[in-house]
Amino acid sequence: MMKKKVAIGAVAVAALVLSACSSGNPLSSGSPNPGASGGAQSITVGSANFPENELLAQIYAGALTAKGITVTTKLNIASRETYVPALKNGEIDLIPEYTGAFAKYLNPDADISTTDAAVAALKAGLPATLTALEPAAAQDKDSITVTRATATQYNLKTIDDLVPVAKDLVLGGPPEWKNRSYGVPGLKKDYGLIFKDFKALDTAGPLTVQALKNGQVQAANLFTTDPAIKANDFVSLTDTKSFFGSQNVIPVLTAAKATPEVTAALNAVSAKLDTDTLATLVTKVVVDKQDASAVAADWLKANGLS
Amino acid sequence: MNWFLGHLAQVGGLLITHAILAVIPLVIGLVLAIPLGWLAHRFGWLRTPLVAGTGLLYTIPSLALFILMPLVLGTGILDPLNVVIALSVYTVALLVRTVVDGLGSVPDDVAQAATAMGLGGVRRFFTVELPLAVPVIAAGLRVAAVSNVSIVSVAALLGIAQLGSLFTDGFARDFLDPIVVGIVACMVLALVLDVGILIGSRLLTPWQRTRGAA
Amino acid sequence: MSFLWEWLVNPAHWQGSDGIWVRLAEHLGYAAITLVLAAAIGIPLGLWIGHTGKGRLVVVNLANGVRSVPTLGLLFVAVLVLGPVLGGDIAFLAPAIFVLVVLAVPPILAGAYAGIESVDPSARDAARGMGMNSWQVLWRVEVPCALPLIFSGLRSAALQVIATATLAASVSLGGLGRFLIDGQAYRDYGQMAGGAVLVAALAMAVDLVFAVVQRIAVSPGLAPVRTSRRSTRTRPVPNPA
Repeated sequence: MMKKKVAIGAVAVAALVLSACSSGNPLSSGSPNPGASGGAQSITVGSANFPENELLAQIYAGALTAKGITVTTKLNIASRETYVPALKNGEIDLIPEYTGAFAKYLNPDADISTTDAAVAALKAGLPATLTALEPAAAQDKDSITVTRATATQYNLKTIDDLVPVAKDLVLGGPPEWKNRSYGVPGLKKDYGLIFKDFKALDTAGPLTVQALKNGQVQAANLFTTDPAIKANDFVSLTDTKSFFGSQNVIPVLTAAKATPEVTAALNAVSAKLDTDTLATLVTKVVVDKQDASAVAADWLKANGLS
Repeated sequence: MNWFLGHLAQVGGLLITHAILAVIPLVIGLVLAIPLGWLAHRFGWLRTPLVAGTGLLYTIPSLALFILMPLVLGTGILDPLNVVIALSVYTVALLVRTVVDGLGSVPDDVAQAATAMGLGGVRRFFTVELPLAVPVIAAGLRVAAVSNVSIVSVAALLGIAQLGSLFTDGFARDFLDPIVVGIVACMVLALVLDVGILIGSRLLTPWQRTRGAA
Repeated sequence: MSFLWEWLVNPAHWQGSDGIWVRLAEHLGYAAITLVLAAAIGIPLGLWIGHTGKGRLVVVNLANGVRSVPTLGLLFVAVLVLGPVLGGDIAFLAPAIFVLVVLAVPPILAGAYAGIESVDPSARDAARGMGMNSWQVLWRVEVPCALPLIFSGLRSAALQVIATATLAASVSLGGLGRFLIDGQAYRDYGQMAGGAVLVAALAMAVDLVFAVVQRIAVSPGLAPVRTSRRSTRTRPVPNPA
């Protein structure tokens, strides 16, 4: 008899904890009070799976917290293909994006050659439930990067220089590059680049750096803010056709959450963030191994944003 | 070590989430596996389909199960429920077989004696067979607990925060400290669960102690 | 679930250097290398422990400790530490195989020593009585009698390795995990579900092959005879005990 009670108790406990789990989750909260200003507003900040994006998410989170908004973070959510659905269904409310890449995601034919064009394309492509605020001056572009030795051997300066020799080279990049218009198919279309093979690595992280160093790939996607480029004397090839376009950091969020308070706080961040600043902050996280949250807090404080 | 001391609160928080994500499925899995195991034990013809069928579930890679759960459950992509249900599936897969073995380990004469004493099917199961099967079931539960702790960490690839987040974070920054701290924390958690189940099993089977190592 | 079917039956998905056949072969390759290495470590060690009774506590506890190491974390450490040292194409492959071997050794080891320990002492005594030396007892009596449990350990390791080898794709390697990681990266559910089904199918196929080999290798005298319900107890659950 006792065993039976134990079993029933276990089910009850499991059910309780489970329900606690799902109610602690902001999923169901969707958009309870659209337009309601002031009061206890809450925002869930998400990020993609690379350190710079996590850092930006922490900066947004810190800036919002300073304005008395309740912030939850859900960081390191794989690629755009995963976090955009999460943004659309309300599991996250805010994410740091990059103008050109996001515009291309929304519309493969988007013109992203200038910041204004990219922002316009991005806003045109966003569903009505989402909104984009002011872009920062800070840019972090994808790039085709090669080792100094490869650059010398093939006399490479621009991406165009790769066209005649690409058939002998393996390109490395994040897995989603294989099918993205903003990846292998796009490079083929815009530059006529056809590589010998594509190797799926990580999102411009240590796998990519290592694969480039030890010759598993000859060209790879690294972010232009990546300290590894300088540290390893890599060469990022000039993007003459502006394929990677303008990549200004821009906050994208659920329209219902974009109260004047939130908008002001995030726009204030964008106003202070330029490319050199971003690169310096990323170096602190990636090279000096400081916590993204601490680096974000220091920067916010130094700029009077917290 | 310095990194660990500077991040006690963060590691502690992740450890608690990790423990919850690993333990709830253990309970759900056990609760489901006992009736399934009983069915397989009671009706011989069900044994092979049930044991093989649930065993099959264990061959589904965890990453795939986590990602596909929202399609089956209609949950959000980042819902921890995906992890809980997926791990419950694995736990059932491991435990059905153990429950069948455990019930099979009850000596025939004991079961017959219980029947002779007038215990009906349900009472006999809960008062005689299930308690006697506890040591074997507990052994299976320990395997499932240790395995769950390891599998939960894979969910970090999907952005569900727990100790595995230390792996992805450390890896992205080429930084060993958080990864090593995460591994050690996982091992400690596994050990605690393992010892906890062992102690629970001993408490539930006092006759085992007087008889010595069986 | 129609997307799963559509993905699987599309012939274009089966061909080419990133097609299903190539990924299956890579996956099988990783699993085979892993199992050979793990068996080369686990079986002799298990036989030695079972035969001599020495070091049982140390090795068993060590194996259980290893079992609790989270695979993903170990993989990342191995890649970060070994990758730069190795260089070249094995920079990521060797760490991945290392991690899979670590995963596979405990069940194989447990199967081997449990197998030897389960040998009927009277059979061992009879062999000694016939004048066999320790080596002969091991090879002619203990190992043949232990084969069912040795196979059980190998099969359990094979299942785990095949399911876990998918993680290799998270460090840029091939194998069926590619479909899971890539499918996740561009949210292609058909590809992910298809990859999962292929992994499960491969695991079953390999288990079936082991079952056939086991039937041929194990002496008919040891074929599972279910004399009483108690006999099921002897199956070695690869458990921490």
